[in-house]
Amino acid sequence: MATVTLTIDNQKVEVEQGTTILEAAKNAGIEIPTLCYMKDINAIGACRICVVEVEGARALQAACVAPVGEGMVVKTNSELVRKSRKMTLELILSDHPQECLTCLRNTNCELQALSEAFGLREVRFTRGAAKSATADDIDDSAPSIVRDPRKCVLCRRCVAVCEKVQGVKAIGPINRGFETVIAPAFDQNLIDVNCAMCGQCSLVCPTGAITEKDDTEKVWAALNDANKEVVVQTAPATRVAIAEEFGQDPGTISTGKMVAALRRLGFNKIFDTDFSADLTIMEEGTELIQRVTQGGTLPMITSCSPGWIKYIEHYYPDLLPHLSTCKSPQQMLGALIKDYYPKNAGIAPENIYSVSIMPCTAKKFEAQRDEMNDSGYQDVDVVLTTRELARMCRNAGIDWDTLPEENYDDPLGMSTGAAVIFGATGGVMEAAVRTAYELITKEEMPDINLTPVRGMEGIKEATLKVGDLDVKVAVAHTLGNARKLLDLIREGKADHHFIEVMCCPGGCIGGGGQPIPTNLDVRLARIAGTYQADEELPIRKSHENPAITDIYEKYLGQPLGELSHKLLHTHYVPRGVYRKPEGLPDGGSEH
Amino acid sequence: MSITYQDLEEIRSKAKEKLAARLGKDPADEFKYHVLVCGGTGCHSSGCQAVADTMEKALNDEGLANSTKLIQTGCMGACQLGPVVMVYPGAYHYCNVQPEDIADIVNDHLKNDKFVERLCYRNGKGELQATMPEMDFFKKQHKIALRNCGLVDPVSLDEYVGMDGFAALSKALKEMKPQQVIDEVKNSGLRGRGGAGFPTGVKWQFMADQEADQKYVICNGDEGDPGAFMDNAVLTGDPYSVIEAMTLCGYATGASKGYAYIRLEYPLAIQNFKKALEVCREKGLLGEKILDSDFSFDIEIREGAGAFVCGEETALMASTEGKRGEPRPRPPFPAVSGLFGKPSNINNVETWANICPIVLKGADWYSGIGVGKSKGTKVFALAGMIANSGLVEVPMGTKLRDVVEEIGGGIPDGKKFKAAQTGGPSGGCIPAEHFDTSLDYENLASLGSIVGSGGLIITDEDTCMVDLAKFYLGFTQDESCGKCTPCRIGTKRMLEILNRISKGLGRDGDIELLEELAYMIKQSALCGLGQTSPNPILSTLKYYRDEYEAHIKDKTCPAGVCKIRGAKKATS
Amino acid sequence: MGAECNCNCQADSSKKIDELLSQYRGNPNGLIVVLAAIQQDNGYLPKDLMIRVAEELNVPLTDVYGVATFYTAFTLRPRGRNSINLCLGTACYVKGAPEVHDAIEKELKIKAGDTTEDRRFTFDVVRCLGACGIAPVMTVNGEVHPRMTAEKVSEVLSKYE
Ligand SMILES: Cc1cc2nc3c(=O)[nH]c(=O)nc-3n(C[C@H](O)[C@H](O)[C@H](O)COP(=O)(O)O)c2cc1C
Ligand code: SF4
Ligand code: SF4
Ligand code: SF4
Ligand code: SF4
Ligand code: SF4
Ligand code: SF4
Ligand code: SF4
Ligand code: FES
Ligand code: FES
Ligand code: FES
Repeated sequence: MATVTLTIDNQKVEVEQGTTILEAAKNAGIEIPTLCYMKDINAIGACRICVVEVEGARALQAACVAPVGEGMVVKTNSELVRKSRKMTLELILSDHPQECLTCLRNTNCELQALSEAFGLREVRFTRGAAKSATADDIDDSAPSIVRDPRKCVLCRRCVAVCEKVQGVKAIGPINRGFETVIAPAFDQNLIDVNCAMCGQCSLVCPTGAITEKDDTEKVWAALNDANKEVVVQTAPATRVAIAEEFGQDPGTISTGKMVAALRRLGFNKIFDTDFSADLTIMEEGTELIQRVTQGGTLPMITSCSPGWIKYIEHYYPDLLPHLSTCKSPQQMLGALIKDYYPKNAGIAPENIYSVSIMPCTAKKFEAQRDEMNDSGYQDVDVVLTTRELARMCRNAGIDWDTLPEENYDDPLGMSTGAAVIFGATGGVMEAAVRTAYELITKEEMPDINLTPVRGMEGIKEATLKVGDLDVKVAVAHTLGNARKLLDLIREGKADHHFIEVMCCPGGCIGGGGQPIPTNLDVRLARIAGTYQADEELPIRKSHENPAITDIYEKYLGQPLGELSHKLLHTHYVPRGVYRKPEGLPDGGSEH
Repeated sequence: MSITYQDLEEIRSKAKEKLAARLGKDPADEFKYHVLVCGGTGCHSSGCQAVADTMEKALNDEGLANSTKLIQTGCMGACQLGPVVMVYPGAYHYCNVQPEDIADIVNDHLKNDKFVERLCYRNGKGELQATMPEMDFFKKQHKIALRNCGLVDPVSLDEYVGMDGFAALSKALKEMKPQQVIDEVKNSGLRGRGGAGFPTGVKWQFMADQEADQKYVICNGDEGDPGAFMDNAVLTGDPYSVIEAMTLCGYATGASKGYAYIRLEYPLAIQNFKKALEVCREKGLLGEKILDSDFSFDIEIREGAGAFVCGEETALMASTEGKRGEPRPRPPFPAVSGLFGKPSNINNVETWANICPIVLKGADWYSGIGVGKSKGTKVFALAGMIANSGLVEVPMGTKLRDVVEEIGGGIPDGKKFKAAQTGGPSGGCIPAEHFDTSLDYENLASLGSIVGSGGLIITDEDTCMVDLAKFYLGFTQDESCGKCTPCRIGTKRMLEILNRISKGLGRDGDIELLEELAYMIKQSALCGLGQTSPNPILSTLKYYRDEYEAHIKDKTCPAGVCKIRGAKKATS
Repeated sequence: MGAECNCNCQADSSKKIDELLSQYRGNPNGLIVVLAAIQQDNGYLPKDLMIRVAEELNVPLTDVYGVATFYTAFTLRPRGRNSINLCLGTACYVKGAPEVHDAIEKELKIKAGDTTEDRRFTFDVVRCLGACGIAPVMTVNGEVHPRMTAEKVSEVLSKYE
């Protein structure tokens, strides 16, 4: 590869041809501020915050998109550059509500940080200035995320993620010029369109223009209600991420601290979604074996990611029979919390308030689905994202650093390494294989680390010898990658037995409710933490979880048995992309 | 059926005979008179259709249909005088012709060989100027780009060929290597007429140097500058010249497909261009193996959908791809990655209109016209407070004064020239003290304005420069695509400040704030629209700062245009 | 940009539209071409047809709507029986088009871009019709009214029912 030598702020820098000035400067230890730029995903040069002076150029150049040239002389910090950036920021703020104190993104907002860094002290355009959006434009129709166009800086990072990563484009630029807003077609509410509710847009939004819907007040109210038994479950992926909210490194495992924090917040029982992840493996593994041996619809596809479920319901309603009928682990545990647990503990189920802590905004939507009340009540009352839990901890003055490590409560708190890895892409597949192999062959698996399905590659495939059978599996994360596999299935070209799909990049560790920032490096660190947690656990296969054996013996009977069927399985609703599909049966199960 | 070089030459020699009357020679066929009714947009708007219909009927009724040829042409130039009817031989130029005037033309001129004096043009001094060559408006003009406009039937291939149409293409295909064609264009010194003035041959070379399985040639017919209409005139009045030039470029640069992006507001242009495309395809002047050579090329029309920013080349390509017309950063330049990600060469309509004569007559001929680094001619759309508005093609380097006073006939009603706004919303104004300036790229730039697309708006003492700046800014603000911050929000804020100034609500420091904002937007906006949007403000501030101050400090509009509540009577 | 019409009528597509849709099936590049044809056919873009365009061309509906709201040639609401276009290009502006503009707004009691309640007129502003020589220019249903003045507005408009 040819290289180019240029001068940036009086330093000679040698970089590969085609590098942007932004990257070249980074190599030289110079951080050029950015707002709209997102490596590999959004390089559109729109915000003009990253401008630099290039000798001989007619105007300032946007460093995020301008390629380096031989002999180029760049100044990233001249008077002109600083003034221009400041003016651009001043303009943005002139069309922005200055509500930091009451904003969800207060202290974690890129716009705020820029404003601080640039030393902006006054916005000269506010008196009598027009605004492009008003409070009427706020869209809080969806249970998962809220859009506040007043705070939007039109960086289009959300649009890029939704389009290029998820392949949905539920939102995009509409209107022109000063009137431009990011919104769904026809200015519809998000709840009325084909949005997967994945919340990836809320992860990349630099401001408070797209956020998770904050449900913490509901939980505070429940905690304050003496008549309520407030039960909480925590997802596999929250434990390797929440510590970031308290200044620790991504990937730090803080299972015990999280449990301790929840106890201090006043939750009565703290269960682990990992338990139901193990349960999922038993149910889903059995379902797969049944489909393979009895000629059911193949490939079978995992169903634990509600963003993914909503997507396939919209876009591929014809393929719903490929989905496993298993509920997501959250909803399995939710049903047990309002059915099995109260029976066991002698509590009236109507007094139970069921909360889950999830890396996920789509799970807020899932909890509200009509199907999710098999206990006779709404199985999960409120879903909080990792970010919201951290917010509650800060509100309650919990000092994360000094928290002790505590354990989950019985009987739904016991889990295995197989459950922990649900949080990372490929994890469900690996966990399922660990169990299926041994259930089918009745032999111990030689190496339970299924490395071909780990990592950030978009689609991973593997063929495994299980007894006499060559089992072909595939793993996809992000909806964009899922679509590729679905198209293969539609064309009849997919010869897989089992496919894992996770909606979010990297799986739930990169979920839409995780701490911000969540970028590639952060995802990789959380994945590393996930596999480390797996290694550290004494039991690493779901079928070896004694609590699982126990619940089947004492309550559920057997996987796919009658009670399992009622509590742990579900069916799906064909939705269509823009209108309800006609003549399609409800997918999935006979229920 | 594809015609050959041989066929083309036969068509040409026959057509030349038929055109003789219009070319100052004796008629060589049965038609004694050629009556040309202008069908350009301006005349169309002032009712030329009824004039043409009446004329046709009269010719039939009077039995003159066999000896008088009636055609409808594109714009003849002096749109203000429309509907225009010309009678050849002699190029008699009848102005403001109404259907009821036809009888006189038929009886006096066509039957009795006596021209109708009362329909002829008289200049400001009352002197009769009956024929086109006599008229002040045309005397100083030098028509290259507009050579056929108003002279031929726009959709008749024969007439175009008779005017040496397709001679350049056939010369190139027969005798010239692609590189020779590029060199000819390079050496001519032709610069893009779409606004930026980039050397056309150099641009062609970039594209020719790219290796690719597919390349595109694009004609930018979006003509968005409100006040410029030369591209409309060429597309409507001489569509074949653009088709031939694009085909030449395809040959020179290795492209096999062209797109002509024409703005929706030009239905006549679209109609004529479409018709011309059909004829070319039918005759094998487009399509496979053009003129029996090995070269194949075809052109597709794309209609704009109402967005000024689509004139910007990257936005135009996005729009052609069916997307929102939002510009993108360059590099990559279109020559490397353009339409559908393929190397593309985009030129303005007027640029295209200059190509064939250059290839045919040679670079030296072309570069002999003009001054300095501004070669050839430029078409200006002369409008505003001027006696004769219309299209004016003059050699680069012509003096502004000559255009205004001689060609344009001066300012009407004895008013005084105040300023000329050139280059539309991206341009600036030239004040009276520079009335003798030469109209060329370098010189206008040095005055803080631009040649741009050639809009030339004349203002008189009754024009308020704050109001004019506000007008242009209102336009750009309205047309901003909204992608980048400085333009999306910055133009809005500039307009808000101008609005309050013009209402007499300006604040101390507003001028400085405007200047700072204008300067920063110029530096930081993504595309030319934003980068040039402050120009009208900066240039009016440069020459008419006192007018701004009068609005702010004295709460008066010196020109009496801005409605200021409770304003003192203007003192000037 | 106004909201789209919300009645439940189904806009039928013409044969021309059907042909265009099949010509561009699966090809997002045809989006503007197809929308322009629909606009021409119906005088606006009915929601139902926009959804069909999204489905058949394989373009996200967000993009169809994004394009429809970007270009001024597209409207989301049915227009009035008579369509007034007033040129506010430079030449027309300096020759008095703003006064004509105000006079029309006053006469029709609507703002530029809107349609009168009785759907008799839609009033739009355009930028240069290429007829600057006879500025200020106003067209009604394509019929040109050159050299407009504020005084002439009432009389000219009275001719259109
Ligand atoms: C906002 C904007 C509008 C433009 N509009 C036009 C236009 O209407 N017609 C045109 O030919 N060029 C227009 N241009 C210039 C084109 O981007 C491009 O430079 C030109 O078409 C190149 O052709 P040329 O080299 O022959 O001039 C515009 C540029 C900008 C920034
Ligand atoms: S989005 Fe950021 S800058 Fe805006 S109000 Fe919220 S915290 Fe403040
Ligand atoms: S940062 Fe400033 S404005 Fe905000 S709360 Fe503190 S003192 Fe008040
Ligand atoms: S939640 Fe996901 S699908 Fe919905 S708009 Fe955001 S990124 Fe797109
Ligand atoms: S919503 Fe957020 S991410 Fe999307 S464009 Fe606006 S500021 Fe950017
Ligand atoms: S991948 Fe995980 S975080 Fe993302 S939608 Fe699915 S369950 Fe939620
Ligand atoms: S300068 Fe204006 S028109 Fe150009 S990209 Fe920016 S917002 Fe769009
Ligand atoms: S699209 Fe509009 S006009 Fe057509 S039926 Fe629906 S509501 Fe009525
Ligand atoms: S970060 Fe470069 S333009 Fe926005
Ligand atoms: S349109 Fe007839 S002279 Fe210009
Ligand atoms: S400015 Fe009105 S027609 Fe050109």
